[in-house]
Amino acid sequence: MDNFLAARLQMTVSFVFHIVFACIGMTMPWLMFMAELKWIKTGKQVYLNLAKAWSKGVAIFFAVGAVSGTVLSFELGLLWPKFMEHAGPIIGMPFSWEGTAFFMEAIALGLFLYGWKRVNKWVHLISGLVVGIAGVLSGIFVVAANSWMNSPAGFDWVNGHAINIDPVKAMFNKAWFQQALHMTIAAFASTSFAVAGIHALMLLRYKNNEFHRKAIRIALVFGAVAALLQPISGDISAKNVAKLQPAKLAAMESLFKTSKPAPLVIGGIPDVKEEKVKYGLHIPQILSFLAHGDFNAEVEGLDKTKKEDWPPVLIVHFAFQIMVLMGMLMVGAGFLYLFFRFKWSENLEKRWWLKTLVCLTPVGFIAVEAGWIVTEVGRQPWIIYGIMKTSDAVTPMPGIQYPFYLITLIYLFLTFVVFWLMRRQIIAIHTNPQNIDTHD
Amino acid sequence: MTSFIIFVLGIAVLFYVLLGGADFGAGIVEIFTGKKGADTISKAIAPVWEANHIWLILAIVILLNGFPHVFATLTTYLHIPLLIILIGIIFRGTAFTFRYYDTIQENTHNYYTVLFRISSLLTPFFFGVTLGAIILGHIPANVNGTFYEIFISPWLNVFTLTTGVFLTLLFGWLASVYLTGEANDDETYQTFEKISRNFFVLLIISGLGVFLAAEFYGLHFFSKFIHSEVAMGCIVAATIAIPLIWRNIKRRNTLQTRFWAGLQTACILTGWFAIQFPVMIFIADGSNLTIWNSQAPERTMSLLVYALIVGIFLIFPAFAYLFKVFKFDNSADETLA
Ligand code: HDD
Ligand code: HEM
Ligand code: HEM
Repeated sequence: MDNFLAARLQMTVSFVFHIVFACIGMTMPWLMFMAELKWIKTGKQVYLNLAKAWSKGVAIFFAVGAVSGTVLSFELGLLWPKFMEHAGPIIGMPFSWEGTAFFMEAIALGLFLYGWKRVNKWVHLISGLVVGIAGVLSGIFVVAANSWMNSPAGFDWVNGHAINIDPVKAMFNKAWFQQALHMTIAAFASTSFAVAGIHALMLLRYKNNEFHRKAIRIALVFGAVAALLQPISGDISAKNVAKLQPAKLAAMESLFKTSKPAPLVIGGIPDVKEEKVKYGLHIPQILSFLAHGDFNAEVEGLDKTKKEDWPPVLIVHFAFQIMVLMGMLMVGAGFLYLFFRFKWSENLEKRWWLKTLVCLTPVGFIAVEAGWIVTEVGRQPWIIYGIMKTSDAVTPMPGIQYPFYLITLIYLFLTFVVFWLMRRQIIAIHTNPQNIDTHD
Repeated sequence: MTSFIIFVLGIAVLFYVLLGGADFGAGIVEIFTGKKGADTISKAIAPVWEANHIWLILAIVILLNGFPHVFATLTTYLHIPLLIILIGIIFRGTAFTFRYYDTIQENTHNYYTVLFRISSLLTPFFFGVTLGAIILGHIPANVNGTFYEIFISPWLNVFTLTTGVFLTLLFGWLASVYLTGEANDDETYQTFEKISRNFFVLLIISGLGVFLAAEFYGLHFFSKFIHSEVAMGCIVAATIAIPLIWRNIKRRNTLQTRFWAGLQTACILTGWFAIQFPVMIFIADGSNLTIWNSQAPERTMSLLVYALIVGIFLIFPAFAYLFKVFKFDNSADETLA
């Protein structure tokens, strides 16, 4: 395997792994906070049990999130030293803020997880809130750094060097808001649906259990709201991508020729050689509207970009379709849930509904991974869009395939162990009758 | 401005050694105490290790933001030891957490424990190796050469191995001293006390080893130390701390013991900073990276200063509170309900 490919794959594996824990780290503190708040307000034991049961799982996810994040901060240099040398002074600022956020998060987390008996309940509750806020902020800061790679700003590029550096402008580049918003909502949607799905599975097995019912309720309020907001935020993203990175949008939509108006293609297999999409559903004019808010607008196709600068069309196109499909599934479920909450609430107890939730467990995370593939693969061959090629940034050290194999094996192993441990945690909850209150 | 950033970087490294280092050290100590010490150790580091770990992240962030060239040079030429450190960090953190939270006690706990201990030993060693490589100055100026010359020999030699051993012992020693304060019964106390004594002797020997190896590689630590007042002061202070530490360990005055041990480590690090200053990485052809020639542009540095100041005001009180709750208040011992 050549070095460059190995480096890209190692980066991919590391991010695909970390993002799952990052999403959980951004969302779970809020769910635990809600559970504890309800316990304080209602005095019902079941909420306290819930907060504690969640916090045990979260401790494991946090540890894995922390170590995989550390790996990433080194890998930026280990794999892309040339990139970091130029980008460090420009986008280091969000990283340094992120560092502060991590600190607050880790400190508050220590208090939250281990302080049940050591601090009073309000301090405890507030520390949960701090974990949540710091988690979301750290997500927003890193994503700001990433958005700069998509929409470089805050410097002048002269003879292969950055001058007139302005880190503030760089952080608040044209893509940061759209990406930060979309990512934050994505974290809530994906984690909440996963949590609801797992508790739905338990509810199918242990019927009439207040513990799991309350868990689903808390999770799905977050999940449903996030799922309904996500297409709106996605639309903002798409419109911005159309402006900032037309080649990425063209790859997402497999639009080979610049068209006015442009049709929306759903499904289908892009054929890069013949430059057309086979099969698939073409809906006239809709892409023009989605990309520019006007049914007759011109949409730039891949023909405007040199063929050697095309991103991998097939991957980007599929990833985008998958993200949107998963998003639509979640919108449907979120909509049904809110509807049932207000009307026909007996449906919430039905087996078909719980089974639906179980099926939706991984959907949000699939969308998150797919979305990042759209963003990152869609940026190729650039590491800093329009400025530096990814291949020019790769480390000169040969033999990167070995670290790649090693990291991949370790992460596969950890994935397996984390799944296995979660199963054990859930079993432990049910073998300890004190944790399970069927009546509140 | 640059000096302030370097100062905070120094603080981050110091705290990482004092706190994060001791967490690794605890894993090393556990090798010698076995199951008995393990419970004390788990309780002692569970609430704080994640926060302690962030000092490393802070140091990395300062480097990649303020001294990008240093960061790029380290990650290019010291790729292999850094990778081993990362793997150590992965296994130490996860194995420890899994052990703590896996409520079902059975064989698997032995696997977590083995992983935890091995990685606690391996990581500090390679931190020491990396540090040695930075000081030694065999890092090449460019990648023209064989794989061995460029990517291995700068960090794999007698000098870096001795610094590796030294740092491992330092972490183990710090941990055993701190842990005396966590012991709930006499027997555990004595176990930790004995281990700390052994580590101390080994630490002194390996410290001399570092000086000898340095002489052998032409680094002339002796004369550098003698010519720097700060470094000499540090050595004197570190030596004075030795009897104080022993007296307090004997008297079971844990707070003072920890204080003097921390101070002594701070002296060792400051002494090293003093003879290293202002160089950050020594390069083979003499084109050393100093804090002056490798810093980021003015505007980046001033924004970094703001971020650090805000960070300090947020972090230090919060950190102090965390330690107050878990380290100085032993009224409630049940940590997890
Ligand atoms: C729960 C997860 C989730 C869901 C349901 C969606 N997305 Fe998404 N999407 C993400 C999770 C995500 C993400 C993983 O979080 C990304 C990657 C980078 C980013 O900012 O968000 C992303 C990126 C991303 C981008 C690329 C942004 C860029 O490159 O800067 C676009 C255009 C969209 N999304 C559009 C949509 C649309 C139109 C959706 C309609 C339903 C949608 N997303 C649902
Ligand atoms: C270059 C990219 C990234 C780097 C260098 C990085 C680095 C890190 C580090 C060092 C940690 C550990 C902090 C701790 O010990 O608590 C961490 C955790 C975290 N990261 Fe990342 N990260 C990256 C990408 C992301 C992305 C894209 C997101 C989300 C949007 C994210 C969100 C988080 C969150 C919320 C945590 C804390 C939760 C947890 O520890 O599980 N990170 N990251
Ligand atoms: C956590 C969510 C993220 C995921 C899942 C993700 C995914 C990916 C993938 C799949 C690639 C490989 C692209 C290719 O080579 O075809 C990549 C590359 C890369 N990503 Fe991300 N990414 C994430 C966030 C970030 C963030 C926050 C940053 C930095 C600030 C970042 C920086 C990079 C860099 C430097 C590369 C290598 C250069 C390149 O391939 O363009 N990524 N990422």
